[in-house]
Formats: sequence, structure tokens, C-alpha cells
Amino acid sequence: MAAGPNAAVPLYVLAPDKMVGWPSAPRPNEREFILTAARELPELGRLTGRGDTANVEVVLKAKPDLIFDFGSVSPTYASLAERVNQQTGIPYLLVDGRLDKTAASIRLLGSALGVAERAEVIARYVDETEALLNERLKDLPEAARKRVYLARQPNGLETGLTGSINTEIIERAGGVNVAERASGRGGIANVSIEQVLAWAPDTIITWDANFFASYTTDPVWASVPAVVNKRVFLAPRLPFGWIDAPPSINRTIGLRWIAGLLYPDRFPDDIHKVARDFIKLFYQVEVTDAQLDRILAGAQPGERRR
Amino acid sequence: MSFVEKDKPRKALRASVVVLLLALLAVALIAALAIGPYPLNWADVSRAAARLFGTNDAATSPGEIVFMRVRLPRVAAAALVGAALAGAGTAYQTLFRNPLVSPDILGVATGAGLGAVLGILLSLPVAGIQGLAFAGGLATVALVYLISAALHGHDRTLVLVLSGVVVGALAGACISLVKILADPYDQLPAITFWLLGSLAGVKISDLGVVAPLVLAGLVPLVLLRWRIGVLSLGDDEARALGVDVPRLRAIVIGAATLMTASVVAISGVIGWIGLMIPHIARMMVGPNFDRLLPTAMLLGASFMLLVDTLARTMARIETPLGILTAVLGAPFFLWLLARGRRSWS
Repeated sequence: MAAGPNAAVPLYVLAPDKMVGWPSAPRPNEREFILTAARELPELGRLTGRGDTANVEVVLKAKPDLIFDFGSVSPTYASLAERVNQQTGIPYLLVDGRLDKTAASIRLLGSALGVAERAEVIARYVDETEALLNERLKDLPEAARKRVYLARQPNGLETGLTGSINTEIIERAGGVNVAERASGRGGIANVSIEQVLAWAPDTIITWDANFFASYTTDPVWASVPAVVNKRVFLAPRLPFGWIDAPPSINRTIGLRWIAGLLYPDRFPDDIHKVARDFIKLFYQVEVTDAQLDRILAGAQPGERRR
Repeated sequence: MSFVEKDKPRKALRASVVVLLLALLAVALIAALAIGPYPLNWADVSRAAARLFGTNDAATSPGEIVFMRVRLPRVAAAALVGAALAGAGTAYQTLFRNPLVSPDILGVATGAGLGAVLGILLSLPVAGIQGLAFAGGLATVALVYLISAALHGHDRTLVLVLSGVVVGALAGACISLVKILADPYDQLPAITFWLLGSLAGVKISDLGVVAPLVLAGLVPLVLLRWRIGVLSLGDDEARALGVDVPRLRAIVIGAATLMTASVVAISGVIGWIGLMIPHIARMMVGPNFDRLLPTAMLLGASFMLLVDTLARTMARIETPLGILTAVLGAPFFLWLLARGRRSWS
């Protein structure tokens, strides 16, 4: 079983038939993009040793052979994993979930689950994506880098700082996150609209449908360069978030999407095809054109809303 | 009371206090307007002013938009929120004859918090979250008042405060429940930030709704200031002087709650101001409500302006107001308590 939402995605991608449950069950709008057998699995809650919602007895009743977590491998989380292991007697696998370790982590999980072949296919896709980004961005001059602001919440004034797990794929895809952190660890922060104007981002990525529906009517947002140039995009969230939520291997498609948005001449690939192939490969479902349009609503340049 | 009023030197002193506070507020307003991350110059400000008087028909410049639609509303909101919280705190402290009382004593801020986090959980737009916060604050206090009215305790004040504590604790538990249910990537950070308070998202249109509501709460407090002052002598004394105590108490609670709930809806939960500012005001002008209320409101507005200016300029990101008011307020307040004479009662 997966210890948290981060771990649920790679587990589902690699071995949906080996899951005993979800940390949080798929929501109604996500269910159609998840294999029938897996979508009916029960919700077991989080079991990472901190802020848990899972009931250990319920977990034991589901008889998992392995508890798997994907994310931070700091001493805190390592010791928490050990405690869960001691309490339940079930082996606990904690794998490094950082973006640049994705392929290696997938291979590791694949061999632990006995699905090394499937893991190799997925890991190769991740490797290819990385190689593609490296090659096409390697001669990108610093001055040509797009300045991106991530807008969260209905008012758009919550963002992730550089280096945060919430925005790292923007940076990996060649963008500059305008919300640079002053010091320490990056995380989520509130900013003022005045600061956004001062940053003058040329692209805004949001995942909040309320913000995406309302920013056009606000005269203050209207003077942000990204809004003037109609470069505000709604990040797809189906079946798992493309840029975050959870910050796991589901972000691989987000890398391709953002790179295509920022540098269309370097990444001319049709995002429809890329997304369809990705969803087929990772989540093992075929999406129809109508479903794909729904997933990609607001996520492409040139497309105006009614 | 009245024989003190004839004391000329003290009256002069009080007048100088008012002048001092107005000067402080003016300085705070100008400083808050002048400081900010977006570089503004006089041309932007004068263009904005010219547009107001209809002598500027040129296209709006970005600087002008920042001044008129971002900084001005935010500075006005900071002053309004500070004044309203301090004013409501003064009213509550006088009503309960207790210096430990803050505007949240009857659960208004906790109730507003519950409304807001529900709005966030339901992914409502900003206006919906603000509306639920306002409604949550009012509903919580109404519930507290009805419960205390239904209980036949001999000490009305005590029953009221206890009901407030109980309902506040329930609302707090519901907030925690919502936090567990919320999406950890999206909604949980928003809930945390809301409960710490911020004016980052304030717009002119918010002020247009909230300012009249605050005024509607303030007017009864000002009109009834003498009677509220009498209330601080104790229920029996007030009754002996011909005050309808239960009715007056209901009006004061309603007015102070309206002021608090409406500003909390746009600012989020900001602690300390409603507790601390009335104290400082009392040290300056004494416990009489008619003098305390304007002093506290002026002080509250100036303090909030200072705090909010720090919140938006200390770093590129916003520092939550609830943290700043406590960090700045607590040591200052302790210092005042240590050196000041006890001027309560």
C-alpha cells in the first residue's frame, strides 16, 4: 500500500493490481481516468508516521506486504518510517521523491514490487523527457528564459517560491520562477498584487479554476504583462495534477506541457498527442477526444474562453 | 465624571493627546502610501489625483493603477481594520468590565474563521469566502447570545462569556475537522494563511462593502457612549441610573460584533489588536468610554498601518499579520504594563 498521495501515483502506475487501497480515494472527476479495478479500492488514509489519518488496525486488516512512501528521505521521515515499521511489522520502503531522482526511484520501486519490466518502460519515458529537455534547452540564452508566476487560490496571490516542490517543474522546464526566495527552504507563500506587478511575469500558470475565470475582469491583473499578452494558463489536474498535487511522477507530463508553453519553437510537439500517449502509458487508459479537451481546457495558447 | 471635565489643565492634556494621535495617523498613512515593492513616483500620484478631478483623460499608467487600485485600498483597509478591531475591543472590554477581553470573547473571529475555511473547502470564489466568513462570525455570536439567554444563570455576564468559550471551542474543533478534510496541496495552505490574517488581496470593491458595515456598527456605539460608560460601573449601578441594561448590552454586542465580523471577512483573523490597543488607550486617557473609543480607534488604525506596511515590505513575500501583531505587540505591551500605573477601574 501507498503511505501517502505522493506514493499512490507511482504505485498505481507500476502495479495497479497490487494496490490494497488509496491514501485518499479518487474523486468523482478523476475516476474515469483510472482503471476500473483500482478506482473501486477503499480509502485507507495516510500512514507516514506524522499527521496520519489511517487507522493502523484497518491497514493491518487490508494485509499489505509492503508500505511504500515516495518523497523526502530526511532523517525525520526515515525515523518515522522506522516507527511505522516497528509498530505494524510490515516492511516500509521510503524512496527519494526528488524530481531529478525520478527514474532511479521508479526502477527501485519496480524491483521491490517485482514489476521491473513495467518500471523500466516508465523510467525510460522519464529519462527520455529529461533528455529532451536537456537537449532542446541547452543553448537557451539566459535572457530568453520566460518569467513565470504560479498563481494559486481564487485571488491568485498564493505562490510557490523558487526551489519549492510546488514550482520545481517550472524551473526544470526552463522557466524562471519570478518568486525567488530570499533564503532557506522554498515553500508556499502569500504575495501582494503589487509585488506581482513589480515582478512583471510574462507567463502565469494557475491551477485554480476560480482565478482562471475571474482574473480577466480585474483591472489590476489586467496590467500584468502575462495578462496583456494573454499568457495565463490553467494547469490540468486530471487524473492527477500536472504541476503538483501530488508532487510525484504525475508531473512528468507537466514538464512537457510547460516547456511547450514557454518555448513553442523548441517544443513543437502537439500536446494532445503527448498527453494521450502519456495517459495511455502511465495510467493505462485510452482517453477520447472529448475527455482530452476537457483535461486540456484553458491549458493552451490561443484558445479563448467564452 | 463631570467635575473632572472642568479641570482645565487635564482638558488641555487630552486635547494634545488627540492632536498627537491624529499626527501619528497622518504620518503612518503617508508612510504606508509611500512605501511598497512597486516603484512609484510623484507623476503617478499626481496623474491619479488629476483623474479624480476629471482633468486627466490620458491612458492609465501602470504606476497609477498600482497607486489607486492596489496601495490606496490596502492602506485604507489597514486603517479601517485596525480602527474597527480596536473599537470593538474597547466596547467589549467596557461591557464586560474586564481587561482580558478581546473581540473574540464571544467567538466572532473563530466563527468567521470557520465560515472562511468552509468557503475554501468548497472552492468558492473570493467573494463567497468573505461572505461565509462574515455570516459565520455573526451567526456564532448570535448563537452564543441565544444560548446565554436561554440559560437562567444569575450572572448574565458570566453565562455569556462561558457560552462564548464553549461555542468558540466548538467552532475551533470544526475548523480542525475542515483542515483534516481539506486538500493538503491546495486548500490547506490557504486555510493556514487565512487564519493568520492578511490584507494582500484587498480591493476597492471590498472596502465599499465593509466600510458601511463598520460604520453601521460604530454609530450606535458613538450615540450610546455615555450609557455604555455607565455600564462599566456595574449592572446594578447602571440600572439605578436608569439604563436598560439587557437592551444596551445586546446593542453593544451586536454593534461590536458587526464591526469585527465585517473586517475579519476581508483581513482574516488578526489577534492582539483588539486586546492590546484598548489597554494602551486606557493608559493614555483613562477608562471613560467616550474618550477611550476614539483614542483606541486612532491608535488601532496607526498600529495596523505600521504592521501592514511591514507585512508587505519586509520581504518579497507577505508576512502574515497575525504573526506580526503578536511579535510586535506582545513585548511592547509587556513593557507598558511594567512601567505604567494600573489605570483600570
